[in-house]
Amino acid sequence: MQILAAPFAGVTGDYQSIATTTVGVGGQATITFSSIPSTFKHLQVRCLVRSVNAAGTDSTKMNFNSDTATNYSRHALFGDGTTAGSAAATTAAFASLGDSPSLTAAANAFGVYVVDILDYASTDKYKTTRALGGYELNSTGNVDLRSNSWRSTSAITSIVFVTSSGFNFAQYSSFALYGIRG
Amino acid sequence: MPATYEPISTQTLGSDVATVTFSSIPATYTDLVLVMAVKKSTSDGGYLALRYNSDTATNYSATYMYGNGTSALSGRVSSEAFGRFGNASTSNFENTIVSIQNYANATTYKTSISRSNLSNVYTLSYCTLWRKAPEAINSITILADSGNLVTGSTFTLYGIKAA
Repeated sequence: MQILAAPFAGVTGDYQSIATTTVGVGGQATITFSSIPSTFKHLQVRCLVRSVNAAGTDSTKMNFNSDTATNYSRHALFGDGTTAGSAAATTAAFASLGDSPSLTAAANAFGVYVVDILDYASTDKYKTTRALGGYELNSTGNVDLRSNSWRSTSAITSIVFVTSSGFNFAQYSSFALYGIRG
Repeated sequence: MPATYEPISTQTLGSDVATVTFSSIPATYTDLVLVMAVKKSTSDGGYLALRYNSDTATNYSATYMYGNGTSALSGRVSSEAFGRFGNASTSNFENTIVSIQNYANATTYKTSISRSNLSNVYTLSYCTLWRKAPEAINSITILADSGNLVTGSTFTLYGIKAA
């Protein structure tokens, strides 16, 4: 069965691009989305991630509204190609995504994550996120499904991503923020 | 305002076929999302896989995690000639969503993340790598480990356009 992938014409939707950052030569320490409008119902961030940490893998931290107090918690389900496991953290100072390749990993390999941030503009509930992603290197890999909670009723107006190691995100890493209307 | 998330092409099988191919995929999006409901004709429980740009070299690998209500497990496959992204049943349609990030660049290997479920049986997620020398993906072929993709299976390819 051969299908010609010709785009449908005239379709408009309620899923809109807000901003995108793609890391340039030399890397970038921090990815920030600020002044996020409150006009959507949900947010989605689609990430392509690699760091320049000298270790084999790195992971990504995520903070809302510059809050670095211990207002975050999370649960994760993951598979590393050998075993499936689960982990949790309470009173953390950041939300997080799973692991991604870093400097010593195969060149050109990146982790991918899709992060959903539900009801982000609400001022009467804590914020909950869901992230599914992973990385794959032909000899090792990881799949990660996790939820994060931010115990704040403030509307989310900014999101900051940094690597857990403190090293830069590598060139071609990309973070794209989308808004979904309700 | 232009659409950000739009269907590129869709197909519902009217007869059993060995493969389904999306070709001439435009490079104008940032990510692709492939949504499928698939049943196959033989070998219940085998896998579903894809190939990019008709590449049949052993450039694919994958890590997965799986849970069936009793236990959870993880496994992996390396250096295969196709990229696994899910399982398939002969009795029920498995639902799968595959997200292919930054498919159109010529600078990175292509990694996808998928999630699948077979009602009342299991839930499953794959992270799949295509490590051919970086090139844009312009076609995707979907196949099963054996047998055909059967009548009624549906395949829809979406494009997501970043700012």
